[in-house]
Amino acid sequence: MIRYLMIRGKTITSYRHGTSINVSSSSKQHGVEPKTNLIELFIDEKAIQVPPGTTILKAASLAGIEIPRFCYHERLAVAGNCRMCLVEIEKQVKPVAACAMPVMKGWRVKTNSNLTQKAREGVMEFLLVNHPLDCPICDQGGECDLQDQSMAFGNDRSRFVDIDYSGKRAVEDKDIGPLIKTAMTRCIHCTRCIRFASEIAGIDDFGTTGRGNEMQVGMYVKKLFMSEVSGNIIDLCPVGALTSKPYAFVARPWENYRTDSIDVHDAVGSNIVISHRTGEVLRILPRVNEEINEEWISDKARFSYDGLKRQRIITPMIKLNGELQNVDWKSALVSVANILQDLSTNKCAAIAGKQADAESLVMMKDLLNKFDSELLTTEQPFPQKGAGVDLRSNYLLNNKISSIDEADVVLLIGTNPRYEAPIVNIRIRKGYLHHEQKIGFIGPPVNLTYEYKYLGQSVELISQLKLGTNSFRAILNNAKKPMVILGSEQLSRPDGAKILAEVQSLCKAINNSTKVPKYWKIMNILHTNASQVTALDLGYSSSLDDLKKNKPKILFLLGADDPCIKKEDFSKTFIVYMGSHGDYGASIADVILPGAAYTEKCGSFVNMEGRSQQTNAAITPPGMARPDWKIIRALSEIAGISLPYDNLNEVRNRIAEIAPHLLKYGDIEPTNYFSQLFEISETIHGTFSDNPIDIKQKTLDQYFMTDAISRASVIMAKCVQAVVKQH
Amino acid sequence: MAGAIVRSFNLPRKQLGLLGQIRNKQQPKNYSDAASEGKKYGSPLKDEDRIFTNLYGRHDWRLKGAMKRGDWYKTKEIIDKGADWIINEVKLSGLRGRGGAGFPSGMKWSFMNKPSDGRPKFLVVNGDEGEPGTCKDREILRHDPHKLIEGCLIAGKAMGACAAYIYIRGEFYNEASNTQVAIAEAYQAGLIGKNSCNSGYDFDIFVQRGAGAYICGEETALIESIEGKQGKPRLKPPFPADVGLFGCPTTVTNVETVAVAPAICRRGGSWFASFGRPRNSGTKLYNISGHVNNPCTVEEEMSIPLKELIERHAGGVIGGWDNLLGIIPGGSSTPVIPKNICDTVLMDYDDLVRVQSSFGTAAVIVMNKQTDIIKAITRLISFYKHESCGQCTPCREGISWMYKILQRFVEGNAEVQEIDMLWELTKQIELHTICALADGAAWPVQGLIRHFRPEIEDRIKNFKVNDLVSC
Repeated sequence: MIRYLMIRGKTITSYRHGTSINVSSSSKQHGVEPKTNLIELFIDEKAIQVPPGTTILKAASLAGIEIPRFCYHERLAVAGNCRMCLVEIEKQVKPVAACAMPVMKGWRVKTNSNLTQKAREGVMEFLLVNHPLDCPICDQGGECDLQDQSMAFGNDRSRFVDIDYSGKRAVEDKDIGPLIKTAMTRCIHCTRCIRFASEIAGIDDFGTTGRGNEMQVGMYVKKLFMSEVSGNIIDLCPVGALTSKPYAFVARPWENYRTDSIDVHDAVGSNIVISHRTGEVLRILPRVNEEINEEWISDKARFSYDGLKRQRIITPMIKLNGELQNVDWKSALVSVANILQDLSTNKCAAIAGKQADAESLVMMKDLLNKFDSELLTTEQPFPQKGAGVDLRSNYLLNNKISSIDEADVVLLIGTNPRYEAPIVNIRIRKGYLHHEQKIGFIGPPVNLTYEYKYLGQSVELISQLKLGTNSFRAILNNAKKPMVILGSEQLSRPDGAKILAEVQSLCKAINNSTKVPKYWKIMNILHTNASQVTALDLGYSSSLDDLKKNKPKILFLLGADDPCIKKEDFSKTFIVYMGSHGDYGASIADVILPGAAYTEKCGSFVNMEGRSQQTNAAITPPGMARPDWKIIRALSEIAGISLPYDNLNEVRNRIAEIAPHLLKYGDIEPTNYFSQLFEISETIHGTFSDNPIDIKQKTLDQYFMTDAISRASVIMAKCVQAVVKQH
Repeated sequence: MAGAIVRSFNLPRKQLGLLGQIRNKQQPKNYSDAASEGKKYGSPLKDEDRIFTNLYGRHDWRLKGAMKRGDWYKTKEIIDKGADWIINEVKLSGLRGRGGAGFPSGMKWSFMNKPSDGRPKFLVVNGDEGEPGTCKDREILRHDPHKLIEGCLIAGKAMGACAAYIYIRGEFYNEASNTQVAIAEAYQAGLIGKNSCNSGYDFDIFVQRGAGAYICGEETALIESIEGKQGKPRLKPPFPADVGLFGCPTTVTNVETVAVAPAICRRGGSWFASFGRPRNSGTKLYNISGHVNNPCTVEEEMSIPLKELIERHAGGVIGGWDNLLGIIPGGSSTPVIPKNICDTVLMDYDDLVRVQSSFGTAAVIVMNKQTDIIKAITRLISFYKHESCGQCTPCREGISWMYKILQRFVEGNAEVQEIDMLWELTKQIELHTICALADGAAWPVQGLIRHFRPEIEDRIKNFKVNDLVSC
C-alpha cells in the first residue's frame, strides 16, 4: 500500500507539477516573473521551490520524499489528527503536522531526524495500543496502511504490558448496509470515511460520537449508508475497519491477479482493476484516472461483479416448440445462417445493447451491410433528425468530465447524474463545494446531494430559457463558464429531436450573450449506456421505428435487453440474441448465442465525453461462450460471406478505417462544428409533447439494477432490499 | 516605578515577621534568577489597588452597585481615545493572558488591527472555566459581571470588533444568568448596543452557554462550539486572528484578562505594571484549595511568594507548613512541586517555569502529607482521559494508556522500569497534538515522576513483598 501510495504520489505530483508549470507559464504571459511567487525551502537538505500555500507534505512529495500519513488524503479536507506526518523543522521546538502546515521561506524540514523518527514511533505505538492486531483474520491484511507503516516506521517490539491487566478497547460493529463490513475495533479514527461521506458523497450521516478513547466512528443511529458511491470508503479506510462485505474472507490481495480494465455499467468509463483468481472475478477496485473518475467508482461498478456468475448463458440455444433447448455451436450458427440466405434489402436488422463493444458493433455493421441492410440502431434511441450522428458534437458530453467542476453554472435538463453517472455527480458536487457553482435543474425533483435551483418539470421551460423569459437565464448569461447537460433519456421521447434542437438553440443563445472561453463547450449530453457513443460513432443511425416498419426477417440483439423491444412488434422476425446474460432479450429470442461479459473480452468503449478506452480480458468466458466479434465472424463464414478479420488486430484495423479515433485509447478527439450544429438545429421544427420531463432513476433503489449484469447480481438485489426497507 | 521598587523591599519583611527572616537568607539566590532589574518579588496588595472589589459578592452586582464601585466611569472617554491608545496602555501594563498560557495581551489584541477585508471581527470571551482547581472567572461572572461587560466594550473597541461572545461553562447556571442580566442592564442604560456610551461605536454582547466539556475551553474548540459543532480544536494555522468564529477574524481571551482592561485604561498601564516583577506584572486572582485551613479566591499581586500567599490568605496548610507534601501551583494541568520548592517559589510565569512547573491559571492546589500523591495525580489523569476530544492519536490513546499504568502504580502492581516508560510516554504525548490538552495531561505525570519517584518505587516494592507474603 505504501508503494502504491508512493507511485500515486509521484503520478499526482507530476500531474500537479505539470499544472504548476502551466500556472507559471500563464503568469509569464501576464508579464509577472514566475520565480518571485515561489518559496524556497529545504527538505532533508534538498532545496525545493514551491508556490506559497503548499503544505510540507506536498512539497516533500515534489522533492520525492514520502511522509507517512493516515488521515491525510489528497482529495479530502485536511484533518491533521493522526499525527503520523509529524516532521521536525529546524529551530522549532514542536514537530509540526506536515499535511496541514503551509511552508515558509527558508525552512529546513527534517523528515528523517531523530525527533521526527521518535514522533512517528510514538504515534505508531499509540495507534497499535488499542488496535486488535488481528491481521490474520483481517481482510485488509496485505494492503493495510497500518501494517506497512508499522513495519516501516514503528518500533520493533511492544511494551504494552497492560494487555495482561485491562486489555484493549473493543467497539461494537455497526451495520451500515449490505456492502460494507465494519470491524470498528480496528478503527484508528482517521475520519477519512467521515470526510468522504460529507464532502464527496454528500451524506452527512457519518460522524463521531463520544469523546477521548471512547470516541466512535459511525452513523449516530443504526441505519444504512445510503450512497451510490459508498464503496469508496473501503478503499479510503487505511485499516480493516471498513472492508467489503461481499469480499469478506474471499482472498488475500497477494494471491490475486490484477487486470486493468474499464467499467461499463454507465457511460463514464471509470477505470477499474479487476482482481481475479482461478477464472473468477473476486472484486473490482478503482484505478486512478484524473481525467475521469479520479479514484472513485460507483457501487454498481464495484459490487455488481457477482452478477457475472449468475444467469449466464453458457451454451447456444435454439427455441424448439416454444422452448429453448441447449444445442452446440454448429447447429445454432447454421440455423441463423439459414435465415440469412436470400435476403432482400433491409431485411436484417440489429439493435446494440448497453454494453456492446466497438469490435462486435463494427463486425455486426459489416455483416448487415453485406446483406444490404442499414437497419442498425441502439437500444436507447437517438434522434436522427437534423445532424444525427454526422456531427460528433451532437451527441457527446463535449466539455469533458474533468472540466465539469470548473463550470460556474450548470443546467441539468432531464437527467439525474447522481444515479445515471455518479462520477459526474461527484464532479458537480466538487464544483458546488469548491467553485461556488450554481446549478439549475429541470425534471422531477430529486436529491442530488447539493442544492440546486429547481426550475420545474415542463419541457416548455427549455423554450422559456431560450427566449429569456425564465429568471435562470440571467444567471446563465452572467456565467463565465456555463454548462448545459441534457439527459440522453429525454432523447428517446417522441419529441426527443425537438428537445435536442431546442436545447442546442438555447446553448447558442447563451453563447451569444456571454463571453465563453474558446475551449469551453456549453452543449453537453449525458449518456447512460456504455456502448451508446461507440455505436453512434460507428454509424448506428437507424431508429427502432425504422426497424419495425421494415419488418426484418432477422433481428440481432447485441445484448439488447430493453423492454421497449417487443416480440409483438417483430412477430414474424427471427430474433437472435447474442449476449452474456439470460435477461429480457434472451426471453424473446429464437436463437441464443452465448457472448462474453466485459471482464472476459478485450473490447473498445467510448465514454460519454468521447474518450476511447478498452477493457481487458481478465478471465475466460464461461462454458461455450465466446467474445461476440468471434461469434459474428464464425456466423459470417457459415452464411457464406466470410468477413475478412481473423484476429483482434484485424478487427481493430477495420475500426480504424471507419473511426480512427476509436483506437486512440485514453484520448479525446476534440469536437467542433458547433456553429454548423446550431444552424442545423434551427431547421428542426416540431412541437413538444405535453408530458412533463421524467427520469427513470429517481431514488437509490432504482439505481442498483439497471442492466443485465446488475440485475443478475445478488449483492445489488440486497442493496435494493436494504434501501426499500430503510424507507 | 522607583517608588514601587522601594515598597517591595520594605513592606514584606515587616509584615512577615519571623517567616521573613528565614526567607531572607534564601531570597537573593532564588528570587533574582528570573529578573535582573525591577522588583524581586510581589508583596501583599493594598485595598485601594484591588480591581475586583466585589469578589465575595458582599455588594450589589447589578449596574447600580457596579457604578458605585467605579465601573462604567467615563467609559466614553476611554473609547474616544481610540484603539491605538487602549492597546498601547495594555501593552504598557504588561498584562499577560490570564487563561493559562500567558500570552501578552496587548500584542494579541493588536493582531486584530490589520486592515479590514470586509469581514466583521469578533471578540470571544472564554468563560469555560473547566480546569480543576480554578474558580476565578465564576466570581467575576456572578459578582462583578459589569467589569467584564465594560472590559468587552473596551477590548472590542481596541480590536475593532463588532460583537463579543461570552462563552460560559454549562455548569455555571447562576453565573450565566447574572451575566445575562447585567448585559440587559447595560443595553438598557445605553452602555452597549448601538452607539455604546454615546461614543458612536456599535457593539453587541451575546452569551453562549457551553455543555460542560473541558476541551471547549481551548480557543478553537470554543469557536467550534459557538458555531454549533462538536467542540474539537482546529488546526492552526490559520489562527483565529485570521479565520476564527464564523470564518471571521476573532480573538479569544480569558474573562479575567478582559475584566481588568477597564481598570488598566482608567488607572494607566504603568499603575498595573507597578505590581509584580517585570514581564509578570499586575494583580491576579488566586484560587487556593486543597489542604488549607481556609480555601479562598483572592486578588493578590503577581510574583507573591507561594508560601506567603497560602499563609496569609488561606490560613496555612492543614497541620502546618511542615506537613506540606506538594503543591499544584496553576491548576490541574501544571506539574506538582514538592515542599522544598514551595518554600521559596514566587507565583508568576517566569519563576514557576524556572522550577519546571507553570503559572497556569494560578489555581493553587495544596496537598499535605495525608495525600496519596500517586492516587491524586491518577485522579487528574482520569479527568483528562475523560475530557480528551479524541481527535489526535497521542492524546486519545496516550492518556488512557497513562491512566492504565497509573492505576497500577497506585497499588504498586508494576515494574520499576515502567516508571521510565511512563516518562517516555508523557514525552511522546507532549507537543505532538493539535491542542494543549495532551500537554496538560502529560505535565502532572512528569511532575509526579520528577519529584515523587521514590514514592512510586516504594509502593512497587511493597506490593511485591505483600505479594510474596500472600503467596
